[in-house]
Amino acid sequence: MQTTTTSAGETAALGRTLARQLKPGDVVALSGQLGSGKTCFVQGVCEALGVRTHVGSPTFTLINEYPAPFGTVVHIDLYRISSMRELAALGIQEYFTERCICLVEWPELAGPLLPPGHVTVGFRHGGGDTERVITIDGGRQ
Amino acid sequence: MRILGIETSCDETSAAVVRDGHVISNIISSQLVHSLYGGVVPELASRAHQRLIVQVVQAALERAGTDRSGIDAVAATYGPGLAGALLVGLNFAKALAFGLGVPFVGVNHMEGHLYSNFLGEQGPRYPFLSLIVSGGHTMLVHVEAPFRHRLLGQTRDDAAGEAFDKVAKMLGLGYPGGPAIDRLAKEGNASAVPFPRSFLEPGSLDFSFSGIKTSVLYYLRDRGVQPGGSAAGALTTTETADICASFQQAVVDVLVGKTMTAAGRCHVRDITLAGGVSANSALRSALQAAAGEQGIRFFSPRMEFCMDNGAMIAYVGWMRRAAGAASPMDLPAIPNLELA
Repeated sequence: MQTTTTSAGETAALGRTLARQLKPGDVVALSGQLGSGKTCFVQGVCEALGVRTHVGSPTFTLINEYPAPFGTVVHIDLYRISSMRELAALGIQEYFTERCICLVEWPELAGPLLPPGHVTVGFRHGGGDTERVITIDGGRQ
Repeated sequence: MRILGIETSCDETSAAVVRDGHVISNIISSQLVHSLYGGVVPELASRAHQRLIVQVVQAALERAGTDRSGIDAVAATYGPGLAGALLVGLNFAKALAFGLGVPFVGVNHMEGHLYSNFLGEQGPRYPFLSLIVSGGHTMLVHVEAPFRHRLLGQTRDDAAGEAFDKVAKMLGLGYPGGPAIDRLAKEGNASAVPFPRSFLEPGSLDFSFSGIKTSVLYYLRDRGVQPGGSAAGALTTTETADICASFQQAVVDVLVGKTMTAAGRCHVRDITLAGGVSANSALRSALQAAAGEQGIRFFSPRMEFCMDNGAMIAYVGWMRRAAGAASPMDLPAIPNLELA
């Protein structure tokens, strides 16, 4: 499914729409370059999943955990990971359980660690400075 | 009273000893001589803490001229941070306190930064306003009295330090890029590129830095520069310096503007700057000048207390112990701990 959004608000709304189809245990890979709308989208997803705490960027902390009514939303950002060794040391697999919904930014760096059946959301800059082209694929059937 | 403080919330493994409110040692892993540990201390530590913690604590005790038996309490960061990283320092601190039969004190990492300006010769007076800016945080806090604080605003997306690092990467300046931008900006023209200042809705003390990051990206794209890769090669040194200066000015304008608005609202006489980005020279001088104009005193920590460090954790541990407080041994690591 491909959608073009024209504002940060629309990008967050698309995140809320996806969130309504997510179940505990799901992993969402968010792929796209800097400034392509990933954080906005994640904020929409978290809002719809019932997260009430502050949702920021985990670039520095690598992993942010947000409590939600169903369990925990785990927001992972692999931007700073530079080797398989660092990735292995981070232990992201430990979060892929039925108690968590994981949102993974820069998933290309996770390689084979992402579980099969994960949802892939692709972001790219569209025409003008406000358009974002967002594609959503995959998921557990 | 001697307090050992341990910090492992993110990349740095650090330990320090504070005696009666004065820092007598402060060891930070990234500042250790690499050869001492037979290799480079990795930039990304998450679980390297396990390898470093014993040596770092030992070095902090030695530097302080004491050994374990001279420690009256052990303090450690229990949040916010990366769960796996926090657990290393927290469990080490609990075990050490248990073994020594002394109290254990859990410390909120953000409180460490909040009180880091007391680690110098002269600290601020209460009530004061604190701007905490780092790779992971951007927040304005009104500190009315010890441990009585109010969060006035924080970033809604990227932290200020993160914007610096990401722009540096786009310009091919490496990671972390804050110091590189600071250095290049000194040679550049801060009004060369009119990057946007995001002040959000009128009156808001929250921050947003993802917009300016995207603006730099579009600026590079429109000039046919591929962000990241060899961006530095495609731009002249002057162009790169101008982009750095203009970007930095936009971020500093917002940080200083919001801080002064908050200072006016809270009627404080003292402002403190804390966190890794407080090392930025443009931010320091702009905030100092703006505060000076209002007759407000300005404080910023020494470099070793800007970055994540054990001294600020030991100091808060000392404040808690001085008030007779201790933490239960079942205190968990809380990755998303907020400032109460």
